[in-house]
Amino acid sequence: MSAVPELEKRLLERIRNSKVSLRIMHVCGTHERTIAKYGLRSVLPKSIDVISGPGCPVCVTPEEDVNIAIALAKSGATVVTFGDMMRVPGSAESLLNAKSEGADIRMVYSIDDAVSIAEKKPELEVVFFGIGFETTVPANAAALIRNTPENFSLLASQKRTPPAIELLANDANVDAFIAPGHVATIIGTKPFEPLAKKGFPVVVSGFEASDILLGINLLQMQVEEGCSRVDNGYPRAVKPEGNQIALKIMDKVFETSDSEWRGIGRIENSGLVLRKEFEEKDAAKKYEDFYASSLEDIHKKAERKDKKRCICAAILTGKAKPPQCPNFGKECTPKVPAGPCMVSQEGMCYNWFKYSREGGSKLA
Amino acid sequence: MCIAIPGKIKAIVNESIATVDMGGICRNVKMDLLGGASESMLGKHVLVHVGYAISEISEEESEETMRLLKQIAGLEDVGTFEGMSDAFESESP
Repeated sequence: MSAVPELEKRLLERIRNSKVSLRIMHVCGTHERTIAKYGLRSVLPKSIDVISGPGCPVCVTPEEDVNIAIALAKSGATVVTFGDMMRVPGSAESLLNAKSEGADIRMVYSIDDAVSIAEKKPELEVVFFGIGFETTVPANAAALIRNTPENFSLLASQKRTPPAIELLANDANVDAFIAPGHVATIIGTKPFEPLAKKGFPVVVSGFEASDILLGINLLQMQVEEGCSRVDNGYPRAVKPEGNQIALKIMDKVFETSDSEWRGIGRIENSGLVLRKEFEEKDAAKKYEDFYASSLEDIHKKAERKDKKRCICAAILTGKAKPPQCPNFGKECTPKVPAGPCMVSQEGMCYNWFKYSREGGSKLA
Repeated sequence: MCIAIPGKIKAIVNESIATVDMGGICRNVKMDLLGGASESMLGKHVLVHVGYAISEISEEESEETMRLLKQIAGLEDVGTFEGMSDAFESESP
């Protein structure tokens, strides 16, 4: 245990001694949590700027999908989802607001908990609002392959990360990327190679402070060597080929589609939707007729609501930092979030708010 | 959302479920994404996400991380990977 500060201290020394300046984007909410928790930004030299990209699946789930989940619950379905989704604002309200008004909305840890509810209560129409990146999607696929009861369906709002990162590489002012470690346990390191080919140094990192520092130093070393490649800084959990079993299971159930990212817009091939063979489990198909009518009502209701807009879009794309938002810490706090980045424990605003006030475990 | 917690496989419940000790809390975890559960997995370390084991963490791979660190930071005098993170016994962020 005593080795921890020594390790981090030496990695910091190496980063400080390097002449390489970098503006680095990470694309994982759990990385943001580590960076904020350990106060890494305050100990890194000015030459290293670490910004957060769209790495929190809760933050990028579009308002429209939240709207549909709320509308389904209000129409009598039992909507089940992860706790983080509950307070994410839709156009007019959040799932938590709808629950307080009497809609049957429940929080679970896993898709299997939602399947259990459907099995135990056949009289309910259970819709699992499944959000997430490639880390989470294989679990949804495995549950569906196992066979689920007739009264269970999936409202899929699932995303693939590489297309979003590639889009940002073209658009954001970034020199290098820290790729998401747990996404990479599933997809491996290869999907990040196109980024490296475009000239961006990439490192896949783990989630300890020393993992992040190691990642930053590996990126500096690539620049010093005059090359760009994908380094695996998290080999204890990530194989270059990823988890082939999980990928096969995921591919059996889901196929890629274009998908809407909150704050960013539509990104080609960035979504994962149910294949035709699984369409009876697809809430989007099962409640197709219901969608159009309910969305119209929601939009009308939303227009009447005077909302102060946050700058989530700029924050999610690394163009602004949380304190630049006029609502940050005022109309928007973790208790009363105005935008999705303040809701999730992985949101950039949540972490800036929490750790800038409470202070992280600062390194030397 | 992509938080994954490391744990150690303590028991095999059936062909698709194992009991995993995550920092002192034992929980039944689905093993589908690692090809199912078998006795040969007892004692191994896995990363658990939304109730599913998503990746096996082997000692060999942890040594690889340590080797990488030593090579990069010249940390020959830093003993074991254990110090780096508690990654095998407790919750990681």
